[in-house]
Amino acid sequence: METLIILLIGILVAVATYLILSRNIIRVILGTAVLSHAVHLLILTLGGLKTGNVPLLTEADAPYTDALPQALILTAIVISFAVTAFILVLAYRAYQDNGTDDLDALRGTNDE
Amino acid sequence: MMNNIIVLPLIIPIMVGVILVFLRPYVKTQRVISLVTMLGMVGISLYILNKIQTDGILRLDFGGWEPPFGILFVADSFAMLFVLIANIVTAICLIYAFSSIGESHEKMFFYPFVLFLIAGVNGSFLTGDLFNLFVCFEVMLLASYVLITLGGKKAQLRESIKYVVINILSSWFFLVALAYLYGTLGTLNMAHLSERVAEAGQGPLLTTISILFLIVFSLKAGLLLFFWLPGSYSVPPTAIAALFGALLTKVGIYALFRTFTLIFYHEPSITHTLIGIMAGVTLVVGSIGAIAYQDVRLISSYNVVIAVGFILVGLAVATQTSFEGSIYYVMHDMIAKAMLFLIAGTMIALTGKTKIDEMSGLIRNYPLFGWMVFVVTCSLAGIPPLSGFVGKLLVGEAAIESGSYVLLALAFISSIVVLYSLLRIFLNSIFGETIISPEDEVPLKKGMIVPIILLAIGTVFLGLGAEFISGYVSDAARTLSNPSVYIEAVLGGN
Amino acid sequence: MKINDVILRTVTRIVVFIILTFGVYLFLSGHNTPGGGFIGGLVLASAIVLLYLSNDIEKVQKSLPLDFKLVAASGVLLATGTGLGSLLFGVPFMSQTFAYFDLPVFGKTELTTVTIFEAGVALAVVGVVVTIILSISEDE
Repeated sequence: METLIILLIGILVAVATYLILSRNIIRVILGTAVLSHAVHLLILTLGGLKTGNVPLLTEADAPYTDALPQALILTAIVISFAVTAFILVLAYRAYQDNGTDDLDALRGTNDE
Repeated sequence: MMNNIIVLPLIIPIMVGVILVFLRPYVKTQRVISLVTMLGMVGISLYILNKIQTDGILRLDFGGWEPPFGILFVADSFAMLFVLIANIVTAICLIYAFSSIGESHEKMFFYPFVLFLIAGVNGSFLTGDLFNLFVCFEVMLLASYVLITLGGKKAQLRESIKYVVINILSSWFFLVALAYLYGTLGTLNMAHLSERVAEAGQGPLLTTISILFLIVFSLKAGLLLFFWLPGSYSVPPTAIAALFGALLTKVGIYALFRTFTLIFYHEPSITHTLIGIMAGVTLVVGSIGAIAYQDVRLISSYNVVIAVGFILVGLAVATQTSFEGSIYYVMHDMIAKAMLFLIAGTMIALTGKTKIDEMSGLIRNYPLFGWMVFVVTCSLAGIPPLSGFVGKLLVGEAAIESGSYVLLALAFISSIVVLYSLLRIFLNSIFGETIISPEDEVPLKKGMIVPIILLAIGTVFLGLGAEFISGYVSDAARTLSNPSVYIEAVLGGN
Repeated sequence: MKINDVILRTVTRIVVFIILTFGVYLFLSGHNTPGGGFIGGLVLASAIVLLYLSNDIEKVQKSLPLDFKLVAASGVLLATGTGLGSLLFGVPFMSQTFAYFDLPVFGKTELTTVTIFEAGVALAVVGVVVTIILSISEDE
């Protein structure tokens, strides 16, 4: 199972890298979103994929799973949600003001 | 242990910032409240710093969850010195903002976001948990994203996209490194990590992970991977650029010092050599940049880069003396860089030009301002008795002791370059014949010169009063070179 | 461009209430079972966004006169306030507590300070999401 998930992460990272390297800003943003999903999966996998109970809630001595990776992922999701939302608005404003969504055209210098 | 006071540098700016959101139309009230808050933070930091000297390292377990299970804040002298200077610099930059930032910015939540920024910065300095460090980084970065785009000029929007994307990428690497570290060691509490690394030995796997962290923090600190820095630091309004130049790279530097003295200190021949090489290259490339450009803001930005290289020489050498030197230098650099950026912005505001050969003779129109440029030049070049001197001296001394002559040479050549690049500003723009006739002279606002003078007083005090703060600095350096002190404070007594 | 959205509007009228109820359910079940302030807040926000989509912005704003930036701010204030509240009782920052109460309708109920914290989170999420959507849509 771990191997499969790691492969999936690899595919996601490859897709994201392709998207980020493109010139269109929306693709870059989609790329960062995919990238964040990949790393969330990575945290989950490296924390150990086990089945078990909710920790600490009951006192049965059944095996329980480590809750920390999930807490980390939830936090990371919230953060990547906020950042993605911000950069979407930013890209929209930049598109309106600069009149282009092509990153090559956005290169520019400050000497204009 | 119960030390709720050490969470205040994080929580008070956040809460006050939120309250200021409600006070959006009342600009004057916002100014007063934000300045009073920052002054209060300075007072609280001083109090905590002195409490550490008597009670030892303080720690606060959030929600009563004892380490290594919960999130915790740890305040040692090293962290608190950073917090103290960061809060002082922010307060002074706020004073500059009052007269320069403009009402439209002030109504677009400028003050709340400055407070969120400083909350993130303080949180990053104080946290004792690597994942919490990531969260505080993000709080700081989100606030900085907003501040850098505030106003929405074309150049700002263009540069901020690059700034945001590069930071998203580096945050991603941070998460990857965290995932690997958690998968390997099963903990994210810094003291606990240090203990486990010491037990398990820092094998190739852990060294690789440590290099991943090195990449992440180098991106934030502008160590070698600084290509994003000059562009994005030269577009926002002056007060914001000064805050960025003074604070943001320092958070990366703090993280580098913390991880490579507390957790990954077992393989210095790999990691610290790498840091040394990166610092050396940063010094060289930063120096080239500082000489190459004519734009005062770009020159200032490359000076930030040079300083990062210099401070990290102290980490690469890794002795108690070099740590002391780096700490002195960081404190000096926060104050002097803020001053440099404020001066650069003021020059642009006064003349309307950005290039140094388009300005001339400012000292005839504004004598006091001209002498302030001279002070910052001397301070950054490390001329005694100003603040840059002590740090440079100690780092140099440590480099000689440990035989790192290449780094020593690079560090001091870079100091000469700093002096040259700033003298170029001074001779071109400040000295010489004035080109501004008395009728066209833009009056220099009090609100602009007062913060610059305050920072100048800061740099003089830090230089002359080095004796006065040496107790705090040597305590901080002692904690850095003896990880067991920190570990004992966090995990001991359970 | 005028599109015939009669189906969307009719469905929205019913569905919004289902979504809102579900959001509240997720929010309340938060601290012991899957759910919580963030997810509940997202669901609540999606209901409001659906309202904005099916009616025009002015119409919704007339019946729902809220500045969502301030909603977000009050959420953060509430969440950090509960953390700070523990300072008053002399326990570490962010300490939470709970107790059981006999309420008239619900019987024996567990009430905890986590819920107040979560309410803050939910408000913050609703405020932020709606603000973002509005800031993209408004200037056309």
